[in-house]
Amino acid sequence: MIAISPQSRSAAARLRPADLARLAAVGLRTRKLRAALSALGIAIGVGAIVAVLGLSSSSAAGLNAEIAALGTNLLTVQAGQSFTGATAELPLAAPGMIARLPGVYEVQTTAQTSVNVYRSPVIPSVNTNALTVDASTLNLPAASGTSVAQGEYLNAATANEPDCVLGAAAAQLLGIDKIFPGERVWAGNTWLYVVGILKPDVLSPDVDSSVLVGYPFADKYLGLNGYPTTIYVKAVDSQVNRVYNLLAAQSNPENPSEVDVSQPSSALVAQADAKSAFNTLFLGLGAVALLVGAIGVANIMVISVLERRSEIGLRRALGATRAHIRIQFLSEAILLAVIGGAAGVLAGSLATAIYAHGRGWQTVIPAQAWAGGIAAALVIGAIAGLWPALRAARMSPTQALWTI
Amino acid sequence: MSAGTVTVSAAGLAESASPVLELTEVTKVYPGTPPVHALRDVSVRVQAGELVAILGPSGSGKTTLLHLAGTLDRATSGQVLVTGLDVARLSDRQLAGLRASSVGFVFQQFFLAEHETVLDNVADAMLYAGVSQATRRAIAAEALARVRLGHKLTARPTQLSGGERQRVAIARAVAGSPAIVLADEPTGNLDQHTGAAILDLLEELNRLGTTIVVVTHDQAVAGRMRREVRMLDGRIVSDAASQPAPSAAAAAAAASPVAPHPWDGEPR
Ligand SMILES: Nc1ncnc2c1ncn2[C@@H]1O[C@H](COP(=O)(O)OP(=O)(O)OP(=O)(O)O)[C@@H](O)[C@H]1O
Ligand SMILES: Nc1ncnc2c1ncn2[C@@H]1O[C@H](COP(=O)(O)OP(=O)(O)OP(=O)(O)O)[C@@H](O)[C@H]1O
Ligand SMILES: [Mg+2]
Ligand SMILES: [Mg+2]
Repeated sequence: MIAISPQSRSAAARLRPADLARLAAVGLRTRKLRAALSALGIAIGVGAIVAVLGLSSSSAAGLNAEIAALGTNLLTVQAGQSFTGATAELPLAAPGMIARLPGVYEVQTTAQTSVNVYRSPVIPSVNTNALTVDASTLNLPAASGTSVAQGEYLNAATANEPDCVLGAAAAQLLGIDKIFPGERVWAGNTWLYVVGILKPDVLSPDVDSSVLVGYPFADKYLGLNGYPTTIYVKAVDSQVNRVYNLLAAQSNPENPSEVDVSQPSSALVAQADAKSAFNTLFLGLGAVALLVGAIGVANIMVISVLERRSEIGLRRALGATRAHIRIQFLSEAILLAVIGGAAGVLAGSLATAIYAHGRGWQTVIPAQAWAGGIAAALVIGAIAGLWPALRAARMSPTQALWTI
Repeated sequence: MSAGTVTVSAAGLAESASPVLELTEVTKVYPGTPPVHALRDVSVRVQAGELVAILGPSGSGKTTLLHLAGTLDRATSGQVLVTGLDVARLSDRQLAGLRASSVGFVFQQFFLAEHETVLDNVADAMLYAGVSQATRRAIAAEALARVRLGHKLTARPTQLSGGERQRVAIARAVAGSPAIVLADEPTGNLDQHTGAAILDLLEELNRLGTTIVVVTHDQAVAGRMRREVRMLDGRIVSDAASQPAPSAAAAAAAASPVAPHPWDGEPR
């Protein structure tokens, strides 16, 4: 006959880890629906949290990818405020000076005129839509981060003519989505013929809402004083930081403090990483669901301990210590919660993947979201199961074996 | 199948110097108003290989005695020695270890896990003894064969008759080869015929060497045991060897003209 070895008849009972794992699953296997329902709260909580964190990371990844595609080497120079508080002007020589900086390979400028643009002369002149005509150098789109969607950009010939190119937002405000031959807009006292429409400019919203004409035309007919409003500077990637630091002094050597230098991509990166108020709201809701889930697990474990009193008594008679009973019920609660947490991570990730796919973003589930979700479920299971497990272990064997 | 499994414990009988179970002037008082004196100065020893009946009316303290003997509860005073170990000196952990290795229980209510197979119900007897599952199952299959349930290994307890359930419980109690098996009214939930079959089984297991204490309030059951301890009001009033009446076995056999040993062969 098979006999238990003498060594195993040691004074203290023990339970193998594999057997503990099986014991932890007993309550869940025998009451599947109940287990599923009580894990649901935790699944919803973890799912909401994972989805919120996943969506915000994915959208940030999407925006960052867009920024990376545009490049982070665009720097802009604008006039700041003078010492007295009045708006300063950039020196006429600034673009030329900047172009001389090592590492700079492109300098383009725009200059704002005081001329407003309308769809037609019958529109009342107060309805400007805040659209003004800006003079532009001839290679602006490549520098500012956009390209031509329709038609073509200004060239040496059209820069002298009453021809204009519309920024994406300007085109939309004017109600022009297609260029027909002879398409024109009213610029106060002259018609401007539309020769091109730009794609949306993520990095330079100013270009987006501009109606752009050539400098020669603006000088002649729109009373431009010639001072640039914004200088768009492209530097080679390795020199961006150095150029950034030199730009103010190079643009206006006499009053460097009257110059505003910025890197549009860095502002966007910050915006991409910013958490919206919605995130906070949904995270809060997720936390509430987790709390409700924890109460559900605790409730189910209390009931389970009451129902399984004779099982507890039998196990004590078979040689289970109090610690064995405690760890069995604690493991069951943790298993229940972790299954809920895992289901939540899956659901939250799936929701994120579907939404991100729809938006053309890369799906990003931050490690702290899924690992944190599982860890939170584990901790919740341990806390929720602790009291029921202690209660089960406290029962005396004879008390547990009572049947009525 | 039982041949050669265990040599009849002549050794156990010879070792009369160290009893498997020894209670000396044990009292048990359940606190309350008024406190219940469930056991008063009870002294009893059980040697290895014995088959003992504990007989007495309801409330006489039989279950209390069995719980103390099985280390499920502690005595208020007096000494309880199980396999020579003083229960009062052992920690809760050590007592659990003692139960896991040396004590088997059979309850009136069977206490089987309805979602587990018969085999795993029996295998769980050694769950807390640090034995691997494969070994547990092998031992359990053997124990089930000994109680003539080798053909029901994969059945669930809910698919068994009452007598079969109690045989599963008995297999569970003897599977780990404990030093002593304590049975509290094992036939209490069974009809007379099935109960007789269970007693036959206990007698057979005892012949194979298992030390068994059976609690009952049925004189007919006690009459079949080799030793009879009578209790009344928390005291032992008599403790004597009883001559198993041959008529009892004959009567059981006669009650079942179809099968002299009711569990033999196919399910009824
Ligand atoms: N946990 C307890 N608390 C208080 N009193 C108890 C407890 N358990 C048993 N008793 C009392 O102790 C006495 C002996 O009970 P015990 O269960 O040992 O009797 P028994 O001989 O097994 O009876 P039966 O044949 O009815 O099972 C009874 O009077 C009972 O009321
Ligand atoms: N639900 C079930 N599924 C499969 N087999 C079953 C089921 N219920 C009973 N059996 C089998 O049918 C046979 C008869 O069972 P039954 O419970 O009717 O016996 P019984 O005469 O009441 O026995 P006992 O006196 O032991 O209670 C047994 O072999 C049992 O294993
Ligand atoms: Mg009793
Ligand atoms: Mg029946």
